[in-house]
Amino acid sequence: MLVIKDLVASIEGLKILKGVSLEVKAGEVHAIMGPNGSGKSTLASILAGRDLFSVDSGSIMYNGENLLDKSPEERAKEGLFLGFQYPIEIPGVSMVNFMKTAINEMRKHRGEKPLSASEFLKKMREKKELVEIDSSLTNRSVNEGFSGGEKKKNEIFQMAMLEPKLAILDETDSGLDIDALKVVARGVNNLKSPDSATIVITHYQRLLDYIVPDFVHILYRGRIVRSGGKELAVLLEEKGYELIRQGEVNL
Amino acid sequence: MSTIAEKKSLTDQFLNLYRDRADEISANSAPLLNTHRDFAVKRLGQLGFPVKGSEEYRYADIESVFRNDLEKQFGENKVSIDIRDIFHCDVPDLDTNLLLLVNGRYYNDGQLIKELPGGIIAGSLAEASRKYPDIIEKHYNNYAIGSKDGLVALNTAFAQDGIFIYVPKGVKVEKPVQVVNIMISDNDLMAQHRNLFIAEKDSEMKIVVCDHSLSAQRFLTNSVNEVYTAEGAQVSLTRIQNEHNGSAQITHSFSHQETRSRLSASTISLHGGFIRNNLFVTLNGEHAENQSTGLYLSDKGQYIDNFVHIDHASANCFSNQLYKGVLDDYASGSFTGRILVRRDAQKTNAYQSNNNILLTDDAKMYSHPQLEIYADDVKCSHGSTMGQLDESALFYLRSRGINHRESRLLLMFAFAHEVIQNIKVPALQERIDDLVNKRLRGELSRCNNCAMQCG
Repeated sequence: MLVIKDLVASIEGLKILKGVSLEVKAGEVHAIMGPNGSGKSTLASILAGRDLFSVDSGSIMYNGENLLDKSPEERAKEGLFLGFQYPIEIPGVSMVNFMKTAINEMRKHRGEKPLSASEFLKKMREKKELVEIDSSLTNRSVNEGFSGGEKKKNEIFQMAMLEPKLAILDETDSGLDIDALKVVARGVNNLKSPDSATIVITHYQRLLDYIVPDFVHILYRGRIVRSGGKELAVLLEEKGYELIRQGEVNL
Repeated sequence: MSTIAEKKSLTDQFLNLYRDRADEISANSAPLLNTHRDFAVKRLGQLGFPVKGSEEYRYADIESVFRNDLEKQFGENKVSIDIRDIFHCDVPDLDTNLLLLVNGRYYNDGQLIKELPGGIIAGSLAEASRKYPDIIEKHYNNYAIGSKDGLVALNTAFAQDGIFIYVPKGVKVEKPVQVVNIMISDNDLMAQHRNLFIAEKDSEMKIVVCDHSLSAQRFLTNSVNEVYTAEGAQVSLTRIQNEHNGSAQITHSFSHQETRSRLSASTISLHGGFIRNNLFVTLNGEHAENQSTGLYLSDKGQYIDNFVHIDHASANCFSNQLYKGVLDDYASGSFTGRILVRRDAQKTNAYQSNNNILLTDDAKMYSHPQLEIYADDVKCSHGSTMGQLDESALFYLRSRGINHRESRLLLMFAFAHEVIQNIKVPALQERIDDLVNKRLRGELSRCNNCAMQCG
């Protein structure tokens, strides 16, 4: 589904990613862990198409096509979803209008008819229940005045509405209490299917108690220094990132 | 030197025009309106035309819009139109009482003055001055007369007619009165109408004014609106400016508010080559509230200029100005927001904000907050922003599959909606939302595509 090869990327001349390779197949859950500043969010942004970063070399193929050639909206229409670490507040754009526009753009892309008002509302209702998002939030402007936890839940709500093929969740767990964490995890686990995949970017092992990854990768100073199964996350939690720095991770 | 020479000549041109045609002007108007002309002409002679670069007209080149050889009509309208041909409102939600103003004169559909359902009296200003001399004498030119703007004197000297709307004491009317102001002619034309809106004590009314041009000639309008809001009265006034880009419009609005009155005025400028809106508000009684908002969407070579002056002449009043605009291509504009808090106007709350989005490097906007505060116990604030669309918000929308153009439109629409949501008539709010949406999409390039369906 996703094949990243030797990705080198920078921002304003500063190299952030220094040769990242990663392969994600349908049905898999990957976790990318790493200390602050290791390049996790940069990788997520590049996958979603944010043009703040320049890709200096390497390639990203998504379903056999060059992902880097595509605009952010094309990527989204082809099933890629980024759950933002810091969701953006957009005063004046209602959640309902936002979601309706997004869903119908995607349906148009797939050659489907737009959802009727009642179909759309039904879908909203179902997904709201799934992520236990307060009903009044969807009547407001996008993320405006939402608490940190509400914003994160809203990301999962949007993911549930858009039903992506590849979801990349950028530190969706940070700042969440345990109940919200469980809700987020449930959203992700519900989406899981043989033909979709998830990349969970996280700082802590905590989220991985609820979303069980098939693979764990440790990103450090712009490189994936270690990959393994879910036990790698446990080990990392025990010993801390200091171990990687000293090159002492031995599995 | 050359500007002074031209200024003089432009003033002289109109003074001569008045001298030559005073009889015709008076004959086609009404005695009460005529009594103000001589003084106004004298005043025009003293004040002259506003000069670009002056304090009040820093960027607006008034002389350039007067320079065209425009026809002035002082007799009856030469165009004969059928109201049913011109106007067919197919918006069932927007149920209004309709008045037509054609080339600055009240369009007589059989009744020059009528009592509208609910008790509002409306019609031709000239006719009203004959029928209700006491009311007209009390209010006509009472609020505009102090103006130091030569263009206001020019209007008073030449204005022959306009719209009169009167809501009697205690009468509250939900249904808006809609004034459709149409310019239509075979020749380039200048018109100067005069409106007078009066809300008596504890009354309520809503007025919508739509400015349109129905033929492609060059038009110039120099109009004056006087609005009197008596004690406890509530008035909502919405103006939609949608003339073609070869036309120029100068509006002067004088609002006089008494104790506990509330006036909410929105000006939505969609099209028009040159627009200058002067808005003067006097809060003359305690606990009066004024909400003045404006939205301008400009592109190509449009020029839009809003000049607002709120005079807090009494204590305990509230005023809020919110002006927002999106400028595209090489459009330019100016906003001046003046708040004057007089010495005795303690406990004043006065706010002002002007936010602009410039879509290109060539679009220009000037913003001048001007606060003059002589009282010491007041709350005043002002803010002005110039910027582009928020890149991170744009990316957020695009990352959900909404294409670039649509994402931009969503953000611009959201920006504009903050002004629209102040409009007090829900059905109208929806119509304007729709109009603005179309305008932003470029689907509203001619006024007959306008959803108001005036033409």
